[in-house]
Amino acid sequence: MQEETKQPGTVTLNVDGISTTADRGTPLLEVIRGLGINVPTLCHHPLVEPYGVCRLCTVEVVRGRRRRLVTSCNYPAQDGISVLTGSDRVLKGRRMIAELLLARCPDVKEVSEIARSLGVEKSRFPAADEKCVLCGLCVKVCRDVVGAGVLTFESRGPGRVVTTAYGGSSDRCIDCGACAQVCPTGHIRMVDESGLAVHHEELLLGPNKAIGIPFMQAVPAVPVIDRETCIHFKTGGCGVCSEACEKQAIDHKAQDTFVEIEVGSIVAATGFKPFDPAAMAQYGYGRLGNVMTALEFEQLNNASGPTGGKILMTDGQQPESVALIHCVGSRDKNHHEYCSRVCSMMALKYAHLIHEKTGASVYDFFIDLRCFGKGYEEFYNRLLEEGVFFIRGRAAEVSDFAIYEAERGKLVVRCEDTMIGILRRIPVDMVVLMTALTPAAGVESVARRLNLSRSKDGFFLEQHPKLAPVATPTDGVFIAGACQGPKDIPDSVAQASAAAAAAISLSVRGQVQIEPVTCKVDPERCAGCRLCNTLCPFTAITFDAGERVSSINDATCKGCGTCAAACPSSAIEARHFNDRQVLAEIEGVCA
Amino acid sequence: MTFEPKIVGILCNWCSYTGADLAGTARITYAPNVRIVRVMCSGRVDPTFVLHALRGGADGVLIAGCHPGDCHYQAGNYKAMRRYELLKRVLDQFGVEPARVRLEWVSASEGERFASIVNDMTDKIRALGPFKEAQG
Amino acid sequence: MAKLKLALYWAAACGGCDVAVLDINERILKVAELADLLLWPVALDFKYRHVEAMPDGHIDVCLFNGAVRNSENEHVARLLRKKSKVLVAFGSCAYMGGIPGLANFFSRREVLQHVYSDTASTVNPGGTVPLEKVRIPAGELELPTFFQRVRTLDQVVLVDYYLPGCPPVVDQVWAVIEAIAAGNLPPPGSVVGASDSALCDECERKKDEKKIKQFRSVATYRPDPETCLLEQGVICCGPATRAGCGAKCVKANMPCRGCYGPPPGVTDQGAKMLSAVASVVDSDDPAEVERIISQIQDPAGTFYRFSLPSSLLNGAHRKEIA
Repeated sequence: MQEETKQPGTVTLNVDGISTTADRGTPLLEVIRGLGINVPTLCHHPLVEPYGVCRLCTVEVVRGRRRRLVTSCNYPAQDGISVLTGSDRVLKGRRMIAELLLARCPDVKEVSEIARSLGVEKSRFPAADEKCVLCGLCVKVCRDVVGAGVLTFESRGPGRVVTTAYGGSSDRCIDCGACAQVCPTGHIRMVDESGLAVHHEELLLGPNKAIGIPFMQAVPAVPVIDRETCIHFKTGGCGVCSEACEKQAIDHKAQDTFVEIEVGSIVAATGFKPFDPAAMAQYGYGRLGNVMTALEFEQLNNASGPTGGKILMTDGQQPESVALIHCVGSRDKNHHEYCSRVCSMMALKYAHLIHEKTGASVYDFFIDLRCFGKGYEEFYNRLLEEGVFFIRGRAAEVSDFAIYEAERGKLVVRCEDTMIGILRRIPVDMVVLMTALTPAAGVESVARRLNLSRSKDGFFLEQHPKLAPVATPTDGVFIAGACQGPKDIPDSVAQASAAAAAAISLSVRGQVQIEPVTCKVDPERCAGCRLCNTLCPFTAITFDAGERVSSINDATCKGCGTCAAACPSSAIEARHFNDRQVLAEIEGVCA
Repeated sequence: MTFEPKIVGILCNWCSYTGADLAGTARITYAPNVRIVRVMCSGRVDPTFVLHALRGGADGVLIAGCHPGDCHYQAGNYKAMRRYELLKRVLDQFGVEPARVRLEWVSASEGERFASIVNDMTDKIRALGPFKEAQG
Repeated sequence: MAKLKLALYWAAACGGCDVAVLDINERILKVAELADLLLWPVALDFKYRHVEAMPDGHIDVCLFNGAVRNSENEHVARLLRKKSKVLVAFGSCAYMGGIPGLANFFSRREVLQHVYSDTASTVNPGGTVPLEKVRIPAGELELPTFFQRVRTLDQVVLVDYYLPGCPPVVDQVWAVIEAIAAGNLPPPGSVVGASDSALCDECERKKDEKKIKQFRSVATYRPDPETCLLEQGVICCGPATRAGCGAKCVKANMPCRGCYGPPPGVTDQGAKMLSAVASVVDSDDPAEVERIISQIQDPAGTFYRFSLPSSLLNGAHRKEIA
C-alpha cells in the first residue's frame, strides 16, 4: 500500500462517469460498491487486509493518458482519477480470470456462479479438480485475526496449497472455525470427530457463538462473552465483535467485580441441577446418538432453539417413534431415593408435543405416574385418548444392538412390562431421559454461607415442613423453589411469593425482633480473665480494660451459650437455658 | 429384671434435637433409654452438665451437635469437641468407661443416625451395668 | 465480755494449717488475750476425754483443719460438732478434701499397697500392714479404720463456715478470728476469709485474648512473669479459683493450683477449669486438638487438685472401689 494513502483529506474521482468524493486512501472497491455498482470478489473479506489475489475485482484506472488495470480492493482512491468498472478491457480481463478459476475448480458452485455471471460457461483450459481457490483468506484470518497462525501456504506455483505445518493437526488450532467461516468456496469445513453433535445441514447449525444472550429469558437480556470459546481469550487476537459494535459496548478487559450489598433479608432460590445420566451407562447417554436428557429435548423443542422448534434426530429426520424414560436417577437406591416430582408431568407434556408435532409413536416407560396437581389427571386422560403407549416398568437398557429386522438402525429399549407381565424390546428412533432434579452445584457452600441446614437428599431444609415452610433457622434467610426440594413451576411460584412476602414483612416493619436467648456477664463476678473473649463467633464479647471486665452486646449475641459453658467463674449467665434450668432438667430426667 | 440404662441426651436445638424429632416423626423405633435435654448449641454443654447427670443417676450421657462446619452458631460444636477431648481424659481417670459419655454429630436430617446411636449406646451401657453401683 | 472459747483440731492434713495459725506471729499473744484455747493438739496437751466432758455447745468456735480419712477423724469431727457453737472448716482439706482427697482416685487397697509396699523408699520384707486390731500380751490394741474414701468435713457433719486455703493466708486467718470475736459473722454456710470473685481479679499479669497451641509445664519452662500464664500454655487454675490469697503463687511465677476452691456460683471447680482450658485450645482439627490436649499431664489431678472429694464425682468409679 502506498505511502500517500495514509494522508488525510478528501479526494474527488470519477467512477463510470459519476463524479464522487472519498477519503484519501479508501480502497476503490469500497467507493465503487458504495455507488451501488457490482464488482465480483472471492478473496475479499472485511476482516482481512485487502490482498488482491483473486483479481476478480479488476477495474481500469485512467489518469490523464495513462490507463491500467488494477485490483480495486487494494487500490487507493486518488484525486482526479477515472475508474471504469465495465470497460471491455475490464470484462475481458475478468473473464480470463474466471476461466482460469473455473479450470482450477470446475465443481465449486461459487466459482461457476461468478463465471456464469461474467458469461463464462466453460473453460478452455484443462480442468483440474480443486476446491481451494488459494485466496488465502483462511491463512490471513488465522494469523492476523485469530492469532493462532495455524494455516499457511506451502510451495509455489502449481503446487501451492493451504495446509498446516507438516500437514498434521496442530496443537495451536483452537477449533474456532474462523477459517471455515471466511472460506468463499466452502472448501474448509468443521468436522465433529465425536459424531454425537446434533448437526442439521439444512439449518446451517454451527458451533455456538462465543458471544450472545445466554438464553431466551435471560435477565438482563444482554449478550455475554463465553471466555471458554471466545477466540480473544484463547489467542489474544480477534476482537472482531468490539469493532462491529457501534456503541463500543464490548470491553474484553472487563473483569468480574465483587459488589457488597447490605440487605435485611435474603431469599435463597438457587434452584437445582439436572441429574447427569452418563452415570447410568445402561441408557447409553453420551454413547448413543439420539439419546437425550429432558433439558436437551426442551431445547430441541424450543421455537427459538437450534432447530426452530422442530423435533429432529441427528440426521435431520423426524423421529417415527420416541421413548420417554421416567425416573432416571430418582426413585433409585443407587442414585437418589427421592421422587423428583415434576418428571411424570414433564414426560406427559413431551408425549403430547411429540405426538402433535411429529405424529410419532410415543412410548412412556413409567414406574407409576404422579399426576398430583390441578388438571393434571385430566391431562393424563387426554393423552390416553391421544394414543400414547404407557408401559409400566422401569426401562432396563437402551442399546443399538438389533436382534430383529425391525430393530436395525434403531435404539432398542428393553423393559419388563409389568402390566402384561412380559419382557419387551421396543425399537425407537429417539430416547428422552426424564432426569432427576438434584441439588444445585455449590449448594454446600451456599448452605455454609447462609448457615442453612440441608436435608438428607441435599436440598435446603426449611425451618418447619408445615408451619414455616419458607423460613430457615437463620433469621432473615428464606428459601424458595427447587433449592428446597424438587417442585414444579406453580409450587415454586407459590413458595417464592411466600418467601418474598416474608422478607418484605420484615422490611415493612422496619425493626426486627431478636430472640431473648442471649448471655450476660455479671460484672461483680467477672474477674477479667478474658477466656471468653475469643470464643464468641459473633464477636459480641468485648473487654473493658478500665473496669477489667468483659461484657456482651445484646444485639449481636445469638445466645449459643458457649461462653457461659466456658466461663470458669460462672460470671456469664445464659438467659434461658441457664445453668440452673439445665441442671434441674438433668436432675428431672435422671429421677 | 434386666438392667435398663438411663441415658441423658443433651442435644443442640438446630441439628440433633431436630434429628431426634425426625426420628420420631419418621416413626423410627429406637431404645427408649435416652432422655433428652435440649440446649441451643452443643457449645453450651458445660462438662458440669455431664458430671451432674452421672452424679444424679444417669448411666450414660450423649452429647450431640451439628456436624463440623454446620453449626448454627458457626463454631459451637468445635468447642464441644475440644471440651469432650479433655473431658474424655479426665473421665478416664475417674474410671468412667468411654462408652458412657459420647459426643456425636447428628444433623437435622439424620433421624436414623440418631436412632442407631441411641441403640448402640444403650446396648453398650447395658453390657457395662449401672453407673451408680460403681459409685462410692 | 467473756473470753472466746476456741478449739483447733487437725484431722487428715499436713499440719500446715496449724502452722498458718502460728504464723500470725506476735498476734498469737493477742489470741490468748481474746480467747481461751480449749483444744489444740499441735500446741497444747489436751485429751479427747476433756472435750467429751464438756457440755454440748461449750466451745464458741472450733477451727477444724484436715479432711476425714479415718474413723478417728470422723469421731472427733462429730464430737467437736456437738461441743461447738460454730464449726469452721479450716483450710482446703476440711473444706474440699484437699491434697489427701486425691487419694480418692484410688481404692483403700491401692493406697495401702502403695504406701506399705510399692514406694521406692519402702523396705518391708515381711509385708507388714497396719491392722485395725492387734492382740498383744497387754491386751488389744486398736487403730482407727482407714476409710475407702476421703470425705470433706461437711460430708460428715454440718459446717457453719469455710475458710479456704492451703494453708489459709495468715492475714485472712487473723481477720476471721477478729470477726468471730466481734460477733461480726456472715450468714452460716458462707466462705469466709476470701473474696467473692476469681483469682484473676487479684492477679496483676497482663491479660489478653487466649488461644492455646501448646501446653507447658513449669518444670521445664520458665514463664514470662508479666504475661498471663494461661496465654503461655501453663495451666493456671486462677480463673476457676476464688480470690483472697493475694495471688501469691502467681506472683512467684507459679501457676495457681486452685487451693481456694471454686468462686461463688461454681459447683465443680475441676469441670469449670476443664471447660475453660479446652475451649481456648486453638484448633478445629480433632487430631490436632487431641495432640495439644495430650500435652496436659494428669488433667484430673490438675483440675481437681484440692477439690476432688467435694466434686460431683468425688473420686474414681471403679467396681473395686464401690
